[in-house]
Amino acid sequence: MLRYALKRLLSLTLSLAIASLVIFAVIEVAPGDPASFMLGVNAQPDTLAALRAELGLDVPKTERYLTWVGGMLTGDFGTSYTYRTPVSQMIADRMWVSLPLALYALTLSTLIAFPAGIYAASRRGKPGDIAVMGATQLGVAVPNFWFAMMLVLIFAINLRWFNAGGFAGWDKGFGAAMQSLTLPAIALALPQAAILARVMRSALLDVLGEDFMRTARAKGLSHRQALWRHGLRNALIPVLTIIGLQFSFLLAGSIIIEQVFYLPGLGRLVFQAISSRDLIVVESVVMLLVFAVIMVNFVVDLAYAAVDPRLRSRT
Amino acid sequence: MSLLEIRNLSLSIGAHDILKGVDLTLGPGEIVAVTGESGSGKSMTALSVMQLLPESAHLSGSIQLAGQELLTLSEGQKCTLRGQSIGMVFQEPMTALNPVKSIGDQVMETILIHKAMPPAQAEERAREVLTRVGLPPERFPLSRFPHELSGGQRQRVVIAMAIALRPRLLIADEPTTALDVTTQAQILDLLQGLVTEYGMGMLMITHDLAVVADLADHIVVMRHGEVVETGHTRHLLRHMQHPYTRMLFEASDHQVTLPPVPDLQPLLAVADVVRDYRKPRTRLFSKPEFHRAVDGVSFTLHRGERLGLVGESGCGKSTLTRAILGLEKVQRGHILLDGTPVFSGHTPDRSVRRNMQVVFQDPFGSFNPRHKVDRLITEPFHLLDTPPTGTDRADRIAEMLTAVGLSPDDAGKYIHEFSGGQRQRIAIARALIIRPELILFDEAVSALDVSVRAQILDLLAELCDAYDLTYLFISHDLNVVRTITDRVMVMQAGKIVEQGDTEQVFSDPQHPYTEALLAAAPRLPKFTQGVA
Repeated sequence: MLRYALKRLLSLTLSLAIASLVIFAVIEVAPGDPASFMLGVNAQPDTLAALRAELGLDVPKTERYLTWVGGMLTGDFGTSYTYRTPVSQMIADRMWVSLPLALYALTLSTLIAFPAGIYAASRRGKPGDIAVMGATQLGVAVPNFWFAMMLVLIFAINLRWFNAGGFAGWDKGFGAAMQSLTLPAIALALPQAAILARVMRSALLDVLGEDFMRTARAKGLSHRQALWRHGLRNALIPVLTIIGLQFSFLLAGSIIIEQVFYLPGLGRLVFQAISSRDLIVVESVVMLLVFAVIMVNFVVDLAYAAVDPRLRSRT
Repeated sequence: MSLLEIRNLSLSIGAHDILKGVDLTLGPGEIVAVTGESGSGKSMTALSVMQLLPESAHLSGSIQLAGQELLTLSEGQKCTLRGQSIGMVFQEPMTALNPVKSIGDQVMETILIHKAMPPAQAEERAREVLTRVGLPPERFPLSRFPHELSGGQRQRVVIAMAIALRPRLLIADEPTTALDVTTQAQILDLLQGLVTEYGMGMLMITHDLAVVADLADHIVVMRHGEVVETGHTRHLLRHMQHPYTRMLFEASDHQVTLPPVPDLQPLLAVADVVRDYRKPRTRLFSKPEFHRAVDGVSFTLHRGERLGLVGESGCGKSTLTRAILGLEKVQRGHILLDGTPVFSGHTPDRSVRRNMQVVFQDPFGSFNPRHKVDRLITEPFHLLDTPPTGTDRADRIAEMLTAVGLSPDDAGKYIHEFSGGQRQRIAIARALIIRPELILFDEAVSALDVSVRAQILDLLAELCDAYDLTYLFISHDLNVVRTITDRVMVMQAGKIVEQGDTEQVFSDPQHPYTEALLAAAPRLPKFTQGVA
């Protein structure tokens, strides 16, 4: 198991190194010079040069890459070109919104999807299954911003249980912060739950057809016992894969929802940074997201091994 | 009183009648074998007793276990019965165990769901049972997972689960079909021992008459969901009444006559071939270790000769086959077909490949279901420089389909419209259509029913006459190899331990391994032949 983890860790480090190179290269070749963007079209060449020097844009690319990577390793992400504040500080502020939101949404989606998927699988072809599958079809088809607007309409405007947008901040207390994250989390979670429930159902149905399920029944387990004791754990592998992908998506892909609920999250930060050519912020946030995705995959890999003993011995 | 009494049992699933008025009796300590071909309803009879049928199944009649009617039980009562009063062993040991649970947990589960006892006590029982089935915990700790065991060992775990509570009835559904002959003999021995020791009744489902001939007390022959003949084993085998039973019996031991081998000209030359596989490293920087799958194999196959290759699973048969086909690189030695090396790196040498074709075991998995038969069997045409087109192509297809006993009209059909035996005929047509010098049959008749197998063997003999076939016939079934080959090689752990004239090797084996294989292979008793 330890060897398996070390091997995964090695591939994780390699992925990160390659990702940093790719991100740096892609953003370098993207058109638009931040200095000229900041100073406008009428800027004097010497002012431009001075700003370029100040931003560190005049040194060779290799050196800039190394400074950037070295800085990130020590927690120094550089200074934003537009806001003139440390990028690390900006990211940290936004992270406190995006990370809890992603975790909240993922928890909700799992809590909805598992029972729904298991229920549907155990009642294959019966009305309960058809109802759940119909609902998930809807959940997959309808975009999450529409859910978001409906939630605002019902729970914020009509019922007035939640605020329609904005983030209270963690200093106002856990309850207040969670309250402002609840509607966005639900809006994010519903489509994900629909996908996850479908995966859970089909994974379980595959497992239910396996020979060892018949063996379990032959031992005297009831249908339900066999499902819980032997079916679920075997069905978890594809489900874990989807959960891992969903977390990455929720962390990085919530731009629209953050926009709808006016949340100061990472998605909005990237959006703003791109429109103002604040390349250092874009690079850093993208790198951070890549790091998060790779870390999540690492955790999913470890979870695979915990679930399936065959992966532990086959390194 | 009998232990199991099945009276007038009928089963339908949806609109299909699966069983029609089945009667069967089994006493304590008795072994009753239910035999028949696929679709005869033998497995469904077993599952009916187990009450593990699909939801749409409808049962009528009566099944009594020690006087208790099973058909009227509630689901809860059935669960109590399964595992405790009736144990079941399945065909596929590779998939019958939950891959994510340790063998100890799985054996303990049978005990714990039926008996309230502390886990430590259940573990002790699990140890005892595993020791009884030949997996002593000193060598096979309870923490082992199924994938760490061989097929035979896994079947022992399944048996341990089934007998953990000493059920009164043990149902074994093709328990040894997926196993090698020597392992089969051991498992049959174990089952027989358990029946005597525990006084259980055993209902054994099998397609192989030879397996039950010296094991079962009674034989029940089924066909199309009906019992056609039943009786005491010796009596039934001596005085077979029903033509179907006689047909089954004759087909199991079907003999063909091959045309004589023409004068010996070498076609395939295999010299000192070695194939190593790299094992996964045990430590990050340790020196890689190798598993030698094929170890210095040399032989020559002559034009017009039919050569057999037998051995147990894992002995290197399949690796050698792939190497001959040029699909695997070998570490040492040469494989020459008509003087040309078969392996030429990653670009297959068409001039060699067009002279070799292969027929695989699985008649269901080896065809693309979306292509029609004409396209399927003309696939090898891409190996030719000028593939036939138009009427020429149609003629070739018609000729081949006729040669393998199908109709030219079948060319427009899809593969799902054919039975297993017909599919194997199509596979042979596909191999034959470009008239290769050499055909490899890789377990080509192993998945077929005995009667179909006999027909395919007849077909092969006919084709030998018509097309002067040269083939390498790879099989674990010694009876088939004996009749369908001129010469045979016995492979063990990557080495050819014995080779020679087939009849010579079978009647007077020289190597101890060959002797062991032959001794383990189930044989039909000879006394019945000619008696009807």
